[in-house]
Amino acid sequence: MSSLSRHRLLALCRKEAFQIVRDPSSILVAFILPVVLLFVLGYAVNMDADHLRLGLLREDSGLAAQRFEQTLVANKSFAITIGSSRAELMAKLTRGEVRGIVIVPADFSAKLARGQEYAALQLLTDGSEPNTAQFVASYVQGAWESWQQSMSQDRVLPQQAPISVSVRTWFNPASVSRNFLAPGSIAVVMTIIGALLTSLVVAREWERGTMEALLATPVTRAELLLSKILPYYVLGIAAMVLCLLVAVFVMNVPFRGSLLALFGISTLFLGCALGLGLFLSTALRSQFNAAQAALVAAFLPAMMLSGFVFEIASMPTVLQWLTRIIPARYFASSMQTLFQAGTIASVLIPNAVFLALLSAFWLGLTAKKTRRTLD
Amino acid sequence: MFNRLIRLIIKELQAVMGTRQGKLLLIMPVILQTVVFPFAATLDVENASIAVYNEDGGAASKEIIHRLAKTAAFTHVFALHSAAEMRAAIDVQSALLAVHFPPDFSQRVLTKSPTTVQIVLDGRRSNSGQIGANYATQVINGYTQELGARLSSTLTVRNLFNPNLNFKWHVLPSLVAIITTVGCLMVTALSVAREHEEGTFDQLLVSPLTPAYIMVGKAVPGVLVAVLQGSFIAMAAYWAYGVPFTGSLALLMLGLVCYGLALSGVGLFISSLSSTQQQAFLGVFCFMVPAVILSGYVTPIENMPTVLQWFAAVNPLTYCILIVKGVFLKGLGFADAWAYLWPLLLIALCTLSLALSLFRRHIA
Repeated sequence: MSSLSRHRLLALCRKEAFQIVRDPSSILVAFILPVVLLFVLGYAVNMDADHLRLGLLREDSGLAAQRFEQTLVANKSFAITIGSSRAELMAKLTRGEVRGIVIVPADFSAKLARGQEYAALQLLTDGSEPNTAQFVASYVQGAWESWQQSMSQDRVLPQQAPISVSVRTWFNPASVSRNFLAPGSIAVVMTIIGALLTSLVVAREWERGTMEALLATPVTRAELLLSKILPYYVLGIAAMVLCLLVAVFVMNVPFRGSLLALFGISTLFLGCALGLGLFLSTALRSQFNAAQAALVAAFLPAMMLSGFVFEIASMPTVLQWLTRIIPARYFASSMQTLFQAGTIASVLIPNAVFLALLSAFWLGLTAKKTRRTLD
Repeated sequence: MFNRLIRLIIKELQAVMGTRQGKLLLIMPVILQTVVFPFAATLDVENASIAVYNEDGGAASKEIIHRLAKTAAFTHVFALHSAAEMRAAIDVQSALLAVHFPPDFSQRVLTKSPTTVQIVLDGRRSNSGQIGANYATQVINGYTQELGARLSSTLTVRNLFNPNLNFKWHVLPSLVAIITTVGCLMVTALSVAREHEEGTFDQLLVSPLTPAYIMVGKAVPGVLVAVLQGSFIAMAAYWAYGVPFTGSLALLMLGLVCYGLALSGVGLFISSLSSTQQQAFLGVFCFMVPAVILSGYVTPIENMPTVLQWFAAVNPLTYCILIVKGVFLKGLGFADAWAYLWPLLLIALCTLSLALSLFRRHIA
């Protein structure tokens, strides 16, 4: 067991800290990029469709058709473009100017009055945006139902057993996407600092030849590793605090959990991210390659497979098993719970255990790979 | 002079693909992402669990629960016996949504009096929750329709370009744009920075090549990487995933070349601002992440606030995604595609000229 000299460790940490501070890109990534990301993710990614652009082709001039048009136009969720021909609206749909076309055929009111056959309304959606198409379909159906209700109240349509559905959302009553995305984006920010920055650190020393100089000193393996981990850990926690402040005070995202739990889980996650980044750096020894590897191995899984944007339960089983070894998954889930729900131990403790195991794995692997020789 | 340019391009390609690590890193991530993402990046709701708190127990509520259980998206339906249990199920996320039937539900349905079913969803998973609630509402509405005595009005929904709303048909064309971004930007941005660090850039400057030629020599490999990686993903989309291809291959290639030019321009611009590889890499990253988010891939551009829509308008990814999706799903023609191609060329022109002027200033 190699001995650890506090004196040498402190000296090395100071050196790392100087290198970080001197390079403006580190500050950019640690403080400016997270805030930019928070804002972009918080305000751009709005999967709630509250403003759907629709085209309407009303070929019928009867009362029922006019009432339907009024229902649609009055609905605040829609921005209706009245079209004069099918071709014109289809062109708009193809170009993406409208996301759906509602067609009221010429014989609609007549069929309705006769009451003998189905009077059909048609909705064409833009399937190239499946999520929006779903929202368009369900919102138009809602408008159609409320039109039916008002028509049957006026005795134009026969009565139907009105089972209405009331939908309530817990933990995010306004369904504000921002509240849901801000905690997850903190997970992404920590991955960037933890894995991406450190992936360049060791490789850079090898490429520049300063590693050789370092190995010529009495520095031990443990000191070498710790001196790389500690400054970036501090940077990661500082970035996390900044994101927390911005999210809570500027973006009004609620934070209902305990700060202690937040720091604990963040420490465990940073352990994983730092371990992964340093491992790639140590194993690949080339900045260009380590950077690409870190992007693929750390950043993309954090965005795609952590449950942050895309639901893990909807993925095929194989991928669900894969997400179990991705630290960002446990971290994103903990962040969501801490921000929106509170300190729920039954969610946080298993996450913490997995994070501890993963960080021990990656840090251990890096320690094994770090050698005091030149080859 | 042309000969020298070819030699420069070959040298650049060797620098990128000469080592085993380099070759692997150009191919493996593309394959990996093409295999994993379409399955991971789905906003469909599948394998969802719903919890049911049925205070009624009558025929109507049992029928609706039966139909919910048969819905493909809900693989797991379990029963709760109190409001506290409903709270707990959502708290610990054992259910995506909870459905609550009031005690007199079936009775009121029989007597045709108004009654309400309550759906509670987990706001932490708000998009899936809303889609799940939509599915459940459709089931309940279908039941309501059947009860109604004389149904005379119907609403039929047809999804154009993607009849089954197959999410992969949206993801894969977008991936063509997104995955190639990394490769192309890394190759162009980091190449100049690495030459600065290694000192070989000065050697280039001493050669008869002018800065303009050097830039072309660095941009061409970027375009090549973009076209090759993009074609690979497009082929995988068509052959492995069955996404229909309704447009013209020539247009796809043209789109990829223009996109490669735009990206190379951005990459060279970033590298002209950086003096170390770390700076170039982080600069690429700072461009790439907002660009992917603002491209219309995760969320449609019309849902974004106006300021961000402007950013999306100058984002090369936006246009590439529109071109690739148009060629795959909408049968895009050259005339319509021009609206997407000229912004790409404009971006390429602006960034390449900026990068060139910055290069010249470095040298002078």
